[in-house]
Amino acid sequence: MSQTQPLAKSSPLLSIENVETYYGNIRALSGVSVHADAGEIVTLIGANGAGKSTLMMTIFGMPRARTGRVVFAGQDITQLPTHEIARLRIAQSPEGRRIFPRMTVQENLQMGASLDNLEFYDEDSRKVFDLFPRLKERINQRGGTLSGGEQQMLAIGRALMARPRLLLLDEPSLGLAPLIIKHIFEAIKELNKSTGLTVFLVEQNAFGALKLADRGYVMVNGIVTMSGSSKELLANPEVRAAYLEGGRH
Amino acid sequence: MADIQTSGPDSVYAKAFKEAIFAGVLALGLFFLIVGFRTDQNINNELVLVQRWGLLTIFVVVAALGRFIFAAFVVPSRTQVKVAKAKPSAATQADRRSFKAIVSRFGLALLFVYPFLVILILALIQYAFTGQWSFQSGVQGSLKYVDNFGIQILIYVMLAWGLNIVVGLAGLLDLGYVAFYAVGAYSYALLSTHFGLSFWLLLPMAGIFAALWGIILGFPVLRLRGDYLAIVTLAFGEIIRLVLINWTVVTKGTFGVSGIAKATLFGIPFTPGPNGFAAMFGLPNSGVYYKIFLYYLILFLALLTAWVTIRLRRMPIGRAWEALREDEIACRSLGINTTTTKLTAFATGAMFGGFAGSFFAARQGFVSPESFVFLESAIILAIVVLGGMGSLIGIAIAAAVMIGGTELLRELEFLKLVFGNDFTPELYRMLLFGLAMIVVMVWKPRGFVGNREPSAFLHERKMISSEFTKEGHG
Repeated sequence: MSQTQPLAKSSPLLSIENVETYYGNIRALSGVSVHADAGEIVTLIGANGAGKSTLMMTIFGMPRARTGRVVFAGQDITQLPTHEIARLRIAQSPEGRRIFPRMTVQENLQMGASLDNLEFYDEDSRKVFDLFPRLKERINQRGGTLSGGEQQMLAIGRALMARPRLLLLDEPSLGLAPLIIKHIFEAIKELNKSTGLTVFLVEQNAFGALKLADRGYVMVNGIVTMSGSSKELLANPEVRAAYLEGGRH
Repeated sequence: MADIQTSGPDSVYAKAFKEAIFAGVLALGLFFLIVGFRTDQNINNELVLVQRWGLLTIFVVVAALGRFIFAAFVVPSRTQVKVAKAKPSAATQADRRSFKAIVSRFGLALLFVYPFLVILILALIQYAFTGQWSFQSGVQGSLKYVDNFGIQILIYVMLAWGLNIVVGLAGLLDLGYVAFYAVGAYSYALLSTHFGLSFWLLLPMAGIFAALWGIILGFPVLRLRGDYLAIVTLAFGEIIRLVLINWTVVTKGTFGVSGIAKATLFGIPFTPGPNGFAAMFGLPNSGVYYKIFLYYLILFLALLTAWVTIRLRRMPIGRAWEALREDEIACRSLGINTTTTKLTAFATGAMFGGFAGSFFAARQGFVSPESFVFLESAIILAIVVLGGMGSLIGIAIAAAVMIGGTELLRELEFLKLVFGNDFTPELYRMLLFGLAMIVVMVWKPRGFVGNREPSAFLHERKMISSEFTKEGHG
């Protein structure tokens, strides 16, 4: 679904450089540097309130980074208006899903495809339905009447309708049954494999996220404390103690 | 509710009786001082206390009786309806849809023939009473019905449909909508009296002016939502009204602008002279032709509003409005420019307010700031809310009920026989609004037609059984 262009290894698709973000006077992110290469699945794990979602919203300029830079495909997008950022084909499935509850599944998907004026709607919606057949069964149903898992599928599907080069997923596993989480994670993996879509995944479910991703970052109190390949992080005793031991869920 | 079904009808009446007594006592407590006593001046200019036990009794009995009927008959029948509704099938849904289509088509047809229907009915009544067949008396008598009911209701239908774009579709609560109505009315009034421009030129211009003011209002309130937005738009409406009052050089202040030119039918004026409409078509002189013309004009304008709304809802901008109402942050992250989306909503809504305003000025021949008080905004908003935000048919019904009801109250002269000669029924129109609000909010908290009709759906409809639609399932 993405139009991936081969990029030189030296320049990552998304790079967040030394970003600090504030809510009023409260610093939510302090000097965060994270990057994602084209074709990668990168995950950011951390506890509640660590600043994961803030980082994701900072990429979209809501709130804006006070210092540091956000660079996408070689372009500095730190000061760009949010809708302009979205037009660079960065799509997100935001925290809390934020689907349009009174609009039907189809209308929600059409909203996702509005960047191209629905030009590729038929083609792309078919791909989304292949990925999540459940959505096709619910096509005329209002978003608000879907189950939690279906809403999550719709949020991801809506993001995919924008033909993204970079897909940001904020806690797609939140509040879902393990079976649904597995299905959604498999769908993300499948998408990444078949189209080379770059995925930036923010998760509390550290085990599942690290299993899925190529690389990972660990965030604590607005600071990235650890990074490395998923294998390294899964084996790291500190990560294990803080996020993995005490129930793999 | 469950105990109603298990217990017999006797207990329903017993319960209703108890509730009725309670309601009566409550009414007695409430109205004892307010209605039971009245201070009056006697012939010596002294303040005397008048006791009104009869009126108080009427109030209490009405409250008790109303409660009894409600509890004994309305509630049980509603529970039955709910039980019957609990198992909706795809067939009933399709039925409801086609029923709705029939109703709207029938309503539309009725609107088109309404003036002539009124004339015919009045002539028939005349014939039944006097045995004389005369259309002319029907024509004269129809004036009141076409003007007070037809035109008056349609103006509010149009205003409410215009406001519906801002409030119902885009979800921006606007309490100052009447300001755009005022801008439209005054732009026609002033430009027509000063420069002698024709109605057909000034109608679009009034719309454009109002749209400009919509954008001017839109800019400062872009970041506001909900209650904050409501307060600022309220203030905006008042500012426009105060400017109209105080900028006396241009607007003549509270005296208003009078002698505004009438609209013409493609250059044919509705005057009694030899060039007039009546002479041209060889008809007897009558003011009713102008009213009928105005009726069709406002019908056309209202339908234009509806048509544009329906079209826009299917276009990207209309979709963006609706999405904006649902979730602004999601909108922005889908690449929608929320600034222009909001401004177009304000401008489009304001434009129709401007059209309605210039029509209003042409119809009245006189405008003054008194026509554009906050109460007007509140009434228009109440119609939108009562009708169900976003639903054109619901809003039209609400406007017909509320405005038609107000006009009807003027006709209820016989109530004077019941309540005495100083009873003026039209003073109770706010009571009608309050009553309608309460009734609708109790039974249909989202308005008459509360369900948003999807603007796109796959036509091969699938049967979805109700067990799949539970939240949290799957």
